[in-house]
Amino acid sequence: MLGRSAVLVALAACAVGAVAGIYGGARRSAEAERWARAMAWTFFFAITVAIGLMEYALLTHDFSVSYVAKVGSRASPTWVTIVSLWSSLEGSILLWAFVQGLYTAGLAWFTRRRFPDHSSYALGFTMAVGVFFCFLVAGIANPFTPMDPVPADGPGPNPLLQNHILMVIHPPSLYLGYVGMSVPFAMGVAALLRGSIPPGWSRALRTAALVPFGFLTAGIILGGWWSYEVLGWGGYWAWDPVENASFLPWLTVTAFLHSAMLMERKEQLKGWTLTLLMASFLLTILGTFMTRSGVFNSVHSFTQTPIGPVFLGFLALCLVFSVILLAARVDVLSAPEEGLSGPASRDTWFLAQNLAFTAFTFTVLLGTTWPLVNEALTGEKISVGEPYFDRWGVPLGLLIVFLMGVGPALPWGRATPQAIVRRFVVPAVAGLVTVAGAWAAGLHQPWPVATFGVSAFALVVTLQELVAPGLARWRSRGGNPVVAVLTGMVRARRRTGGYIVHLGVIIVAVAVAASSGWRNQKEFTLVEGQSLEHGGYTLTYLGAETVQKSNRTEEQARFHVARGDRSLGELHPAMNHYGRMPNPIPTPAVRSVPAEDLYLSLVSVDPAAGTVSVQVIIEPLIWWIWVGGGVMALGTIIAVWPSRRRLSAVAGRPATGRAAEPSTNPVPTSTEAAR
Amino acid sequence: MTPQAKRRAFLVAALLVAGSALAVISAGGIGDNLVYYWTPSQVHENADKAVGATIRLGGVVQEGSVDWRPDSQSLTFTVGDGAHDTEHTLVVHAKSAPPQMFREGIGVVVEGTLTADGSFRADKVMVKHSNEYRAPTDGGDVKDLYATVEEL
Repeated sequence: MLGRSAVLVALAACAVGAVAGIYGGARRSAEAERWARAMAWTFFFAITVAIGLMEYALLTHDFSVSYVAKVGSRASPTWVTIVSLWSSLEGSILLWAFVQGLYTAGLAWFTRRRFPDHSSYALGFTMAVGVFFCFLVAGIANPFTPMDPVPADGPGPNPLLQNHILMVIHPPSLYLGYVGMSVPFAMGVAALLRGSIPPGWSRALRTAALVPFGFLTAGIILGGWWSYEVLGWGGYWAWDPVENASFLPWLTVTAFLHSAMLMERKEQLKGWTLTLLMASFLLTILGTFMTRSGVFNSVHSFTQTPIGPVFLGFLALCLVFSVILLAARVDVLSAPEEGLSGPASRDTWFLAQNLAFTAFTFTVLLGTTWPLVNEALTGEKISVGEPYFDRWGVPLGLLIVFLMGVGPALPWGRATPQAIVRRFVVPAVAGLVTVAGAWAAGLHQPWPVATFGVSAFALVVTLQELVAPGLARWRSRGGNPVVAVLTGMVRARRRTGGYIVHLGVIIVAVAVAASSGWRNQKEFTLVEGQSLEHGGYTLTYLGAETVQKSNRTEEQARFHVARGDRSLGELHPAMNHYGRMPNPIPTPAVRSVPAEDLYLSLVSVDPAAGTVSVQVIIEPLIWWIWVGGGVMALGTIIAVWPSRRRLSAVAGRPATGRAAEPSTNPVPTSTEAAR
Repeated sequence: MTPQAKRRAFLVAALLVAGSALAVISAGGIGDNLVYYWTPSQVHENADKAVGATIRLGGVVQEGSVDWRPDSQSLTFTVGDGAHDTEHTLVVHAKSAPPQMFREGIGVVVEGTLTADGSFRADKVMVKHSNEYRAPTDGGDVKDLYATVEEL
């Protein structure tokens, strides 16, 4: 089979490339590095051909291919057919290998004229990870197995997965995040083996980690949105093991992105920073294992497969490799470190941020893996309930938002007490006024109100920092203040991007606090023509209607929605019946406005008796979670976006050029002036 | 000790203390927030632990036991370990309508807790929900039931 051959070519290219890259790194052989580069491109093209063939087979309904026979169906709409590539294990792993190829090619392109010291190792180790995934596609999870006899039609992908359009982007986004972590990992390994992190490499490392950070962020938020729109319980996050699996590397990579700034600026915390990097990569592998092994009870249990042990083996291998490498080589890196600059400096608060994120990672990891440990020890089947995670997640989340306000407001190095007072007065007042205002307005839930206050504090600091470079510019040069601020933001792209991500986090924090704090849920049973009142809405049940779609039958319950005398149209929550699937899938209907969502989810509908039971949920501000996620993704794009200035700056940078960070503080800001 | 080494030792010590404190506290927190996967007979066996604990009760709805009152939105039924298991049963009270596929003889997973009067108070009622393409069987193995219902 052609597809299998392409996969085997990719596997061979990866294996040769990994050996050549590592050899080229160890012996500083330019010849071997050229080989590694050629193999990187071969890997990319071969795996692209493989995935192209699989999509072609899916679209032409070629049921002689095992994977198509497993997830294809002639009845599926085209978009479902396309996305069914990642609706089951074999296709997902193929997509995974393809993404690995994409990143490998990206790394080869990015390092083509730069970093001669490190790029060979980095390419080699990226392809070493690629070998593992190609090996899976070629062996255990081969999607190209020929079918005999060839079935006439297939069952189609899991109904839950065809129930919403978000399935198009949520899994690939997460995969891009997971797989992308192998690139900074390989780059970190290269730095350890080479025994040096020059400023240019440290920068490149941070950019390489920002890419998977952005995709992970988007993937997590999209997953929450999908859960909200499809699963019908009106929530978006359940501390489900597989959700946690994606959250853990997000936490550590976020910690890394911050401590990497210290590493870049002050040559501090190198060992710790690289540890976070390795941990992020290991957690993505652990996440894959948790998603794919089926040892956890999860909303993702449809992914249960026998592939778990293989992943566990790979995880163990990577873990041992990382620990040994760190232990053996980290001393080589340590430059004479200066100490932290005391409690009133940004450095110290970055460290506090790191500790908060590490603590968060630890508690989530503990709660997620505890059931496995417990079952192994006592044989008793348990899971850890949401209250455990909320109990730790809420205060830690609040602490993180608070630190997001404190850190940026302080200068690098030492600050005078007067400067500190000056920097903190306005944000602190904003926070206190918000708390007082919310309390006076009748909002009396301590955690959400505290979140509002801390968010206001962090928001003011973030906005101050966003406009600071531009304002300083305007003060010294005059001109149009708006233009000056915008110019300042554009010039300091990485810094601007970072603060926009912070803005996104603040939006998400406020939305999470409001929607969970004032969630208003009630269940009603109605007969046709009867009305219910809930949270200011009047809902009238108009009756049920059966709608036939190509891949499913929808039993819709029609509700007329009104607020006071104003009609707001109809909502149609439904029970979707899929072909041979015995149980219907309830599909909620949501009316979203920025102020609040009205969420209807059917419990049951009986057209014969004319009755319906429905959950009516009102969640304020929940819409802003998705907006905040979008803002975070946007900020990441801005931070990653290459600027011509930076490229030339890196190319022509002297060896000791770390002081010349071009994207931060092009002119003295008020922060620095305060020193 | 140089000041440098001293500071580093202090930092390591502080980290260790913070880390172990966190470990102790959160491990304690876990103990209070466990969710048990029990059948009606296991609930009876662990009656002392079961009151107030979060339990995912897996069992089969007994014939003739379903009482659904739409006007008060209250649902009462009896679950047993098997379809015709009169020995190990539990009365379940829920403040919610029966889910779409809910009927007598079907496997359910009910999340809630045991109350002091020996009945089970349910927050969530889930019907055994298979993503395999096969007809639902009556009763069946409780272990299967968890695996198939969790996707809700």
